[in-house]
Amino acid sequence: MAEDANMLLELYERMITVRTFETVAGEYFAAGEIPGFIHLSIGQEASSVGVCSCLRPDDYVITNHRGHGHMIAKGADIKRMTAELFGKKTGYCKGKGGSMHIADFSIGILGANGVVAGGLPIIAGAGFSIKMRKTDQVAVCFFGDGAANRGTVHEVMNLASVWKLPIIFALENNQWASTTPQEKSSAVEEISCRAAGYNMPGVAVDGNDLFEVRNATLEAIERARSGKGPTLIENKTYRISGHFEGDPQKYRTQAEIAPWKEKNDPIRRLHDYLVTSGVLDEKMNLKIWEGAAAVLEDAVAFAKESPFPEPEEALEDLFVTQ
Amino acid sequence: MTERILSASAALAEALHEEMQRDETVFILGEDLTAHAGIFGQFEGLPENFPGRIIDTPISEAAIVGVGVGSALTDMRPIVDLHFSDFVTCCMDELVNQAAKIRYMFGGQVKLPLVVWCPDGAGIRAAAQHSQSLEAWFVHVPGLKVVVPSEPSDVKGLIKSAIRDDNPVMFFQNKSLFSKQGVVPEEDYLIPLGKAAVKRQGKDVTLICYGSGYYLCKEAADILAEQGIEAEIVDLRTLKPLDMDTVTVSIKKTGRAVTVHEACLTGGFGAELCARIQEQLFDHLKGPIKRVAARDVPMPFSPGMEDFCLPKVTDVVMAAHSIVSRK
Ligand SMILES: Cc1ncc(C[n+]2csc(CCOP(=O)(O)OP(=O)(O)O)c2C)c(N)n1
Repeated sequence: MAEDANMLLELYERMITVRTFETVAGEYFAAGEIPGFIHLSIGQEASSVGVCSCLRPDDYVITNHRGHGHMIAKGADIKRMTAELFGKKTGYCKGKGGSMHIADFSIGILGANGVVAGGLPIIAGAGFSIKMRKTDQVAVCFFGDGAANRGTVHEVMNLASVWKLPIIFALENNQWASTTPQEKSSAVEEISCRAAGYNMPGVAVDGNDLFEVRNATLEAIERARSGKGPTLIENKTYRISGHFEGDPQKYRTQAEIAPWKEKNDPIRRLHDYLVTSGVLDEKMNLKIWEGAAAVLEDAVAFAKESPFPEPEEALEDLFVTQ
Repeated sequence: MTERILSASAALAEALHEEMQRDETVFILGEDLTAHAGIFGQFEGLPENFPGRIIDTPISEAAIVGVGVGSALTDMRPIVDLHFSDFVTCCMDELVNQAAKIRYMFGGQVKLPLVVWCPDGAGIRAAAQHSQSLEAWFVHVPGLKVVVPSEPSDVKGLIKSAIRDDNPVMFFQNKSLFSKQGVVPEEDYLIPLGKAAVKRQGKDVTLICYGSGYYLCKEAADILAEQGIEAEIVDLRTLKPLDMDTVTVSIKKTGRAVTVHEACLTGGFGAELCARIQEQLFDHLKGPIKRVAARDVPMPFSPGMEDFCLPKVTDVVMAAHSIVSRK
């Protein structure tokens, strides 16, 4: 239990780091210091941290436009992420990518994608390569309920299942795709039931419950590593943030959002569990939040002090020079 | 003619109102159209005024364009909103192998009145997958018309003609121009597809442009005028069909040409213009034709790099100078 408790505290801390990153990013975006547009994952931390905490460093992850949480959960460097959001030379992509396009190939993060479902066909390739190379890695692709309706999803799920690729399709059903609610765009209520059509397991879990997410992920990983093929996991959650920062959100009411910000908040739920189990007290809790705030403060200072790339650097990195 | 000042966005919405009023087979299909009247607010008023005729879809670009093609074949006049022009890649089969080919392949039996509305262009720090200008791809596909308006009045006149056209039309509207203001005729105003506009008269050099390139040329021409160079601006408005007559008249007058577009240089529409001009007007040219375009890289995110990649007013001025001052 001591080890368990430490691990849970670590995951709790990571969820808080994600939350803090998103909150701070939102603030600097609102202040006009982050260019472009950003999509935050506030309320979805049990999904990002739950899934990624089950992975090994050599496992692969591909994420989408709402990818900050997945990156942090997989171990990305907060300073380099922050610098990328600010468009700085010290960012992960030297300022070429921005919020929607961060990657860290050194820790298996094969990139965030701005094209909805754009990562799914590519994850099939990562899964296929694992099979060819005969390693026991797994490849995870995060995607949304909206993305689930792209035609390529069908192609990839079928192929992955026929070829028994070591893939986890990590669907984050946050109930909204931009302004469109899931019930207006999907014929089924639980998207995971589509897995039956591909003869692979499809499980829906409470995506705001870290334990449920982890249990489903561990099972899928076991299946993938032992050559049994892919799994579709549907983490049922809710997007507390607007679709993008500055979203007027005329499509939903504050009353709809409220319970997700309160009793259903995944961080709060884990907090309450940890307190009840005697693992966490309020003093420790405060320290964790303060620690995350300090990490972000450092990261923002790093980003702000960092230089912008020289304009001419735009011409670099297109091809490998041989 | 009654005229007032409207933004490009408002000009679009007004034209769509008029066309949907006039013809009940016109409808708009795409992602996230009703809640905020399009993701750029470009369909202001339409969701309230035409319920059931502006329709939200799942994120399924191939199906969306497929529905457009299929309903155009069966007596409707669909307008498909592609959200960002970059997502044409997600429905290329429906556009290139289906919409463009069907009438011809089936021996002219059918018409296909489809408008594909594509917000394109860069400058809003949206990075590589949300900033492209891909019009040249579609010019290369026989069977598609390609329209790229610049000023608000062009938006109104051209979208109305595109809707009434019985062929598939790719309609590219630059995101950074949505808020541009301009005089827009109040009545049923149509600009025929395939008709360029001479937007400024000049005798020394012809600036051939479309879309956001027009605004670069407009500023460049003012600067050139101060320096004693009279630039003529030809805004093509439609790339296919292409109005070579207007280009020809202008080049016969000036003997010099600069092509200007926001899309990247290599394989861009400027290259097609250069080819045609040298083929048809070689003896009228006093110097080489210059091309102003974006750099040949995906659009980077960081503002300084993005600005560096995009064509600028000074590029147009310098290109004009380089051929006018040539002995
Ligand atoms: C192919 C494609 N179509 C449309 C878009 C525009 N778009 C970006 S995010 C988004 C909604 C995505 O919803 P979902 O997959 O559920 O993810 P969420 O935003 O809820 O995390 C849309 C329509 C896009 N980026 N790519």
